[in-house]
Amino acid sequence: MPNKEEKMVKKAFIKVTLKEEVLDPQGKAVLSVLKSSGYGNVKDVRVGKYIELDFNEDKSESSERRAIEEEAEEISEKVLSNPLIEEFSIEIK
Amino acid sequence: MIKKIKAGITVFPGSNCDADVYRVLNSVFGVSASFIWHKDEIKNLKEYDFIVIPGGFSYGDYLRSGALAARSPIMESVKDYSVKGGIVLGICNGFQILLEAGLLNGVMLANRSLKFECKDVYLKTLNTETPFTCAIKKGSVLKMPIAHHDGNYFATDSLISDLDEKKSVIFKYCDEKGEITASSNPNGSIRNIAGISNPAGNVMGLMPHPERSSEKILGSEDGGWIFKSIIKYIKEK
Repeated sequence: MPNKEEKMVKKAFIKVTLKEEVLDPQGKAVLSVLKSSGYGNVKDVRVGKYIELDFNEDKSESSERRAIEEEAEEISEKVLSNPLIEEFSIEIK
Repeated sequence: MIKKIKAGITVFPGSNCDADVYRVLNSVFGVSASFIWHKDEIKNLKEYDFIVIPGGFSYGDYLRSGALAARSPIMESVKDYSVKGGIVLGICNGFQILLEAGLLNGVMLANRSLKFECKDVYLKTLNTETPFTCAIKKGSVLKMPIAHHDGNYFATDSLISDLDEKKSVIFKYCDEKGEITASSNPNGSIRNIAGISNPAGNVMGLMPHPERSSEKILGSEDGGWIFKSIIKYIKEK
């Protein structure tokens, strides 16, 4: 049984962004609005997605933490992103 | 007695062209078409002569168009069916689902205009030796409507070479005369691509809607050639 007082690891915070070489029309539209609103300093805009995964178990042991990391990695690769055009980063807390 | 051709139409939450495909297949082309709910499965290859994945907004286009539907139980069945040589046609959102499921190669981006494009387009038929085009005269120009936000097909150069090599680019957007021009490209799709097949040729994805252009009263009957081709192919097989 994990000690409930220990710091619990149970959330994965995932960012999915378009690869640099893929045109981002949404980002371009935001950029053009920013420019016309007087924010001339902004050079480029890229729009991405932010996803939180809340895991069932409170996992605090390092082996279980790794299991969550691996699961989040697999979910990000197979479902949350399309590797042809997107990349992702994961933060576990 | 001649056995009726049987078609299965997959239905996801948010599919909205399923009834159109059903009507056209049953009432216009005399096919015995029925719906397959996304939680069901295709039991064997003989159950259906072909499968249609219709257009719509499956799962509200959440995450990416087609991404969630591609991971539903029926798509495992469709994958299996296609590997065994079954004929699968994906229309619009159905095309996006086939891409997300990995049955076709490439990806759909948002239209270059960032707008939902809803209008008639012209299509040049590049390969008439497929189950989906075998009744069409080579080089024919067909008029069909599009209605999509994410129809900007994208593939890497090496993927495009593969498509070209296998003659897998089936339809390209063109003008009324059949010229493939930048101005006739409604969504920014790479090389004006509107429809592709898998290397084996038994799975095709098409952005325009043949089911909305198979009856004179709807302004064009050109889309009917896709269904006539499938029927011809099955009968001659």
